[in-house]
Amino acid sequence: MRFMILAKKNFKEIFLDYISLVFAIALPIVMLLILQTFGRVESFFNPTNLTPGIVVFGFAMISLSSCMTLARDRDSALLSRLLTAPLSANDFILAYSLPYVPVVIMHIVVLFGTGGLLGLEISGNAGLVLLILFVMSIGYIGLGMILGSVFTYKAVPIAWQAVNLLTIFSGAWFSLEIIGGGIQSIMNALPFAHAIGAARDVMVQGVGFSDIATDFYWVLGYTVVFVALGIFLFRRRMME
Amino acid sequence: MTESIQGNGFAIQTFSISRKFRNFVAVDGIDLSVKEGELFSLLGPNGAGKTTAIRMLCCLLRPSSGTATIMGHDIQKDPVAVKKVIDVSPQETAIAEYLNARENLSLMGGIHGIEKELVKKRSEELLEMMGLTNRSKERVKKYSGGMKRRLSIAMALVSDPQVLFLDEPTLGLDPQSRRSVWEYIAELKGQKTIVLTTHYLEEADALADRVAIIDEGKIIALGTPRELKDSVSDMQVMVVKAKNLTFDAIEGLREIFPEVREIEDGIEIKAKEIGFFDVVDYLRPKGVIIESTSLKEVTLDDVFLQLTGKELRE
Ligand SMILES: Nc1ncnc2c1ncn2[C@@H]1O[C@H](COP(=O)(O)OP(=O)(O)O)[C@@H](O)[C@H]1O
Ligand SMILES: [Mg+2]
Repeated sequence: MRFMILAKKNFKEIFLDYISLVFAIALPIVMLLILQTFGRVESFFNPTNLTPGIVVFGFAMISLSSCMTLARDRDSALLSRLLTAPLSANDFILAYSLPYVPVVIMHIVVLFGTGGLLGLEISGNAGLVLLILFVMSIGYIGLGMILGSVFTYKAVPIAWQAVNLLTIFSGAWFSLEIIGGGIQSIMNALPFAHAIGAARDVMVQGVGFSDIATDFYWVLGYTVVFVALGIFLFRRRMME
Repeated sequence: MTESIQGNGFAIQTFSISRKFRNFVAVDGIDLSVKEGELFSLLGPNGAGKTTAIRMLCCLLRPSSGTATIMGHDIQKDPVAVKKVIDVSPQETAIAEYLNARENLSLMGGIHGIEKELVKKRSEELLEMMGLTNRSKERVKKYSGGMKRRLSIAMALVSDPQVLFLDEPTLGLDPQSRRSVWEYIAELKGQKTIVLTTHYLEEADALADRVAIIDEGKIIALGTPRELKDSVSDMQVMVVKAKNLTFDAIEGLREIFPEVREIEDGIEIKAKEIGFFDVVDYLRPKGVIIESTSLKEVTLDDVFLQLTGKELRE
């Protein structure tokens, strides 16, 4: 359980480096508050439609925080020093990913809470909504591990913009149908639009698992790939 | 094989260890043996391959060929055993900037599996020793460069390793902080095996039991600082600053000491043995006014210069 000591350090840093936390928790709330005011002109912009997308947008923010922590420790050689301690590869991977799980949960609770105050309704199974969002969040933590293993502290926020843009264009702030065309099909090849779309369908139309099964496995598949690639790249950094 | 190596008095042995980066050879077949309890220094200019060598010994880089053992454990076959007996203070100040000094130290103690109470006790001692006690609850982000460096070294000591690697521990420090770090290292001397890399020759000279001079990935000289300096020259050099030095006086002196060189404000005499009074008693009657005399020591810089034709100092 030595990874817990390192995980604790990373967990502390999330809160001490509060700017990234403000972005991850507060910015999505602000987005939700702003976007739902458009509801008067365009019916799509209601809390029920918006919340799943903005939750996923928050995951992208959390992945930024996770890849910054990893890249910072690599840049400062703190990671080198930690790697000379008798910890296993798995210890390190857990220590740099687990601390974000409570942050993800906190983010989901806070955002759904805000949505609830604004009149959000879940017609389908709430557990199903949480399941698909949670699986997606693990995928984003995997993406953070990939970026943090590859890029330097300075380059990581720039590289992360790709994740951010893909998330937004996957319909985080609006309906993917508005965009349509080639972009829509690219986004449909990626997991983010499936996570947002499936969560929306369960919440708005109240569909069951069988109706979103394809979306769910799509998201799950990508999450497995992101996490596996993250672990692979991290391990490669351990002994170069 | 591992058992037979253990207990032979060597903390570290390398066997033609090499490391390439693409086609560039950073460490080129190094063979070294470091005795238990020895303070061993790798001295060489920037880019000589010191850090690459240390990173291999700490299991952070894979050797391209050859290998090494630390306390009898092979770095490639048994990195876990190696990691249990070593600790390293990397060339960069490797600290967690958002935590305070105490938290940094307990992080290191914790991941090495040291008991909480013991970590606490050692942290107190280390903070005291590094002069950080009264600022130990402050976030280390706010520390000066010297303080960060001292903390970084302290972090390598919490686990009380048998073998300690210090990679350029005084890099970029002001002279005063450098002195204090030297004092701390001198205190540790004899208690554990220490490998210290540096490109400051004074550092190696002041601290090391033995020095290996490294250049372009190869060890080009090895010995105690005294041995190395003696190998360059067994000649003494005396600098005499004087006024009224006549041609006659200098020529006359050359009959006693064949190698006399004129320098600004005086002369430089080179000989196997130079007696102070031999010089003074000869020059005074000739009307020369001697302002000062000094014996110039051979430095490790001279050793490096003779071996490579380059200066160690940039
Ligand atoms: N990861 C790397 N990739 C490519 N070249 C490297 C790498 N690490 C070190 N080098 C090169 O190897 C040489 C030795 O570097 P290093 O061991 O850091 O020297 P020193 O510590 O003696 O200053 C340098 O020329 C450096 O550029
Ligand atoms: Mg170096």
